[in-house]
Amino acid sequence: MSTSTPAVPPAPAPAAGPKVNRLGLPVTDYQGAKSTLCAGCGHDVITNTIISALWEMGVEPYRVAKMSGIGCSSKTTNYFLNRSWGFNAVHGRMPAVATGALLANRNLISIGVSGDGDTAAIGMGQFVHLLRRNVPMVYLCENNGVYGLTKGQFSPTADYGSKLKSGVVNDLPSVDLCAMAIELGCGFVARSFSADRKQLLQILRAAVAHRGLAFIDVISPCVTFNDHPGSTKSYDYGRANERPIHELGFVPTWEKAADEVDVPAGGSMDVDMPNGGTIKIRKLERDFDPRDKVAALNLLRECHEKKEFLTGLFYVNPQAENFLDLLDLGPAPLATLPSSKVRPSKAVLDQINEELR
Amino acid sequence: MSQTALPAAPSSGVRAPVVNDCSIQVATVNGSGSQTANNTLLRAIFQMGIPVSGKNLFPSNISGLPTWFTIRANKHGYIARRKEIDVLVCMNSDTAVEDVKNAPAGAAVIYDETFGLDKHRSDLVFYPVPFQRLVKECCPEAKLRKLVVNMIYVGIVAHLLEIDVAEIAKALGKAFSTKPKALELNKAAVDAGLAYAKANLVKRDPFKVARMDKTAGKILVDGNSASALGCMFAGVTVVTWYPITPSSSLCETLIDYMKEHRIDPDTGKATFAIVQAEDELAAIGMAIGAGWAGARSMTSTAGPGISLMNEFIGLGYYAEVPTVIFDVQRTGPSTGLPTRTMQGDVLKTAYASHGDCKHPCLYPDSIGEAYEFAMAAFDLAEALQTPVFVLTDLDLGMNLWMSEPFAYPEQAIARGKVLDDAGVAAMKDWGRYKDVDGDGVPYRTLPGTPGDGKGAYFTRGSGHDEYGRYTESGATYVRNLDRIGRKIDLMKTKGPAPVIDGKGAKVGILAYGTTHWAIVESRDQLKAEKGLATDYCRVRAFPFSDEVRKFVAAHDRVYVVEQNRDAQMLGMLRMEYPELATKMTSVRHYNGLPVDARSVTDEIARLESNPVAGHGAR
Repeated sequence: MSTSTPAVPPAPAPAAGPKVNRLGLPVTDYQGAKSTLCAGCGHDVITNTIISALWEMGVEPYRVAKMSGIGCSSKTTNYFLNRSWGFNAVHGRMPAVATGALLANRNLISIGVSGDGDTAAIGMGQFVHLLRRNVPMVYLCENNGVYGLTKGQFSPTADYGSKLKSGVVNDLPSVDLCAMAIELGCGFVARSFSADRKQLLQILRAAVAHRGLAFIDVISPCVTFNDHPGSTKSYDYGRANERPIHELGFVPTWEKAADEVDVPAGGSMDVDMPNGGTIKIRKLERDFDPRDKVAALNLLRECHEKKEFLTGLFYVNPQAENFLDLLDLGPAPLATLPSSKVRPSKAVLDQINEELR
Repeated sequence: MSQTALPAAPSSGVRAPVVNDCSIQVATVNGSGSQTANNTLLRAIFQMGIPVSGKNLFPSNISGLPTWFTIRANKHGYIARRKEIDVLVCMNSDTAVEDVKNAPAGAAVIYDETFGLDKHRSDLVFYPVPFQRLVKECCPEAKLRKLVVNMIYVGIVAHLLEIDVAEIAKALGKAFSTKPKALELNKAAVDAGLAYAKANLVKRDPFKVARMDKTAGKILVDGNSASALGCMFAGVTVVTWYPITPSSSLCETLIDYMKEHRIDPDTGKATFAIVQAEDELAAIGMAIGAGWAGARSMTSTAGPGISLMNEFIGLGYYAEVPTVIFDVQRTGPSTGLPTRTMQGDVLKTAYASHGDCKHPCLYPDSIGEAYEFAMAAFDLAEALQTPVFVLTDLDLGMNLWMSEPFAYPEQAIARGKVLDDAGVAAMKDWGRYKDVDGDGVPYRTLPGTPGDGKGAYFTRGSGHDEYGRYTESGATYVRNLDRIGRKIDLMKTKGPAPVIDGKGAKVGILAYGTTHWAIVESRDQLKAEKGLATDYCRVRAFPFSDEVRKFVAAHDRVYVVEQNRDAQMLGMLRMEYPELATKMTSVRHYNGLPVDARSVTDEIARLESNPVAGHGAR
């Protein structure tokens, strides 16, 4: 993410008005259309958490590009930030569209929302290359292990042995998107649970401050097709089995007072983000450093063997060079460069003609 | 040139010289470095002021398979492919016998003496050359001989055809301008060929060249380079592509030009982003994302890539996102003949993607139009807010063509209807897809436009209303789709108009793209050989200008000439003008080689001999 913190002082809240963020905007300015998803859908919790995170982080709505593919999750970009541009593209191809938009305007703050089918099935090819390129954006996979809009078929993230409502058992191994993301060079990889809003909010706040691709796999139960006994992506299963690997909080540079943000008590590890802000991490039962790539991959392998549901920030490398850095672009968006910058002079054409004689 | 006009066989006695009218075909093995030698010959003839064209017939292979390069010199300026070969250079033992068997009577054959070709025909003029001995003598380094040997035939051909040696030297100097050692080595090989020919070969064929003044001021360039230059001067900012023959060199040339001429002198930074995508799906996806966010974006591909891009093309059409897609057509279906030419994607691009889609398409015929239409395509894409296709083909894209120099664009870059925050505020009740001006083209805003987000909207490929809101209302859907249809129809007046030549003939010829060059020559043949006058309409854009309908209506019979099996353009014309369907008859050429005038002439003459039977047939 390219979110250098603008030098805006915290706006004082008007005595009688609603609470505002550092841009002076109330949270209602970050809301979107009414959700049309099923009541109780985990995705709606994620949508609301995105609204909170972007409002709290004081992100200018006009700079946000909401990118998505096709599916229940991809619909949700319509349910937040009405004052931002959104693009609901084709199934599994959001990464390419998002990449293109950032090439055109590097100042966009790109928030991509996808699902497990959109990312791990039809979109696997594009997702892999988005990771390789380290395109600077936040990418959420709202992961429920099934296709909702087509009425409950397995997706590639369904766990081996888990059951559909109809009793069909998944006999194929699941794709671990987090392990794949780390393997392919993503510098911010987390997993959360839509029922753990507190953790997700802090991960999202940190993701917005990251300069590269921030990938967040959020287990988000489908109340209609995958919330039954035998499912490993149900609310009951998640609540019973979720084990956060640490507690974490993100403190932006302008939030000096620790009481304004939910920082874990006695934070034992600080990760500074290049564009400002610090991720504060407190260890729980295990001694785990998310800056250690090998440790992160080992942890994911281990939890896979033990069938554990771990959440938290698995890996962070704030220094990783992102795709736009590699292209050596100027600061102004390519989209709006004036003609004088993009059409070479007649002398250049004369020279080219001469070379071809 | 008709076959009857070919020079007689040697046995019939002395033949009058044939000056500035011959085709030279060089048969080699691909990967042997013959391209520089062939271009040296072509360029030297060009520098002598003689109209010339070069066609490379190459395999889909890195090295070891046969390849043929044909150079046609023609005093009248005919630069289409010609089927008949006058001078054969046989450097490939695998194809030499077949090449010789297929040569027309009277052709000259320059060949490696070890091939023993003279036993196969008695009606050709044979020039055996000890290439291996000559190259050993002039090139001490054994591993370079495979490459250098080609320059020996340059010397032989130059001597036999009387190509000016100074022009050969000049062409070599251009090819090796930064490699003095290679220049010296290649020059020595040319000289060895010249010396051998002078001392050992007695000229017995009639073909020669003589200085003219028909190429003064002209340039020699391939169509992909011309398209690339058009893109650069159009102000392209985002290029996303996936390598595929025959389109790769468009983007590769563009990369070279952009690195040289599109670095901002004030910042030292690139004013463009060029990304090699993981496949064509991603290439078009990125181009659409970039076009949506306001870049002048493009991708370049060939038929298989277009097939993959179809879903995204429909999104671009329905969500109204500008981008430019170059399709350098090759021979399909499927992988087809990847290194041969075809006008095989005409129908597919015009209506690409599911549902009702119709796309603006441009059909350049030449270097000049490959350049100009590239620029026009970006303006049209932004004016109409839709993907625009530029269809060239392998023949135009990868072969060298002579052309007038590129003209600097007179028109300023036009970005179409784009509003900033104040513009949105000033317009009462702005909606992304509202038809404010009655032309079907709405006003768009760009993501990231500074302000309070008044112009923010939601883009989707699902049903939407005038404000971009999701809807499944049938009435709204029809209203929106009809507006898009009206918008695309603006191409009838905004696209390049057809070029119409001649007036009052009963018979019309309609063609497009590179087929043009065969038509120019074929019309002269029809007139000279059959006394048949024809009018000619060259279509340059789809949806068609009304001038096209008028042309068809004004003629008794119109022959639609194209390079595909299924008469794709004819099908489109019949769909657009059902009332004129039976006036049009198809003439097709689709063996992977560029269409030649003789094939067109013979087919039209055959159909004309019984116009009633041929009437309206496919």
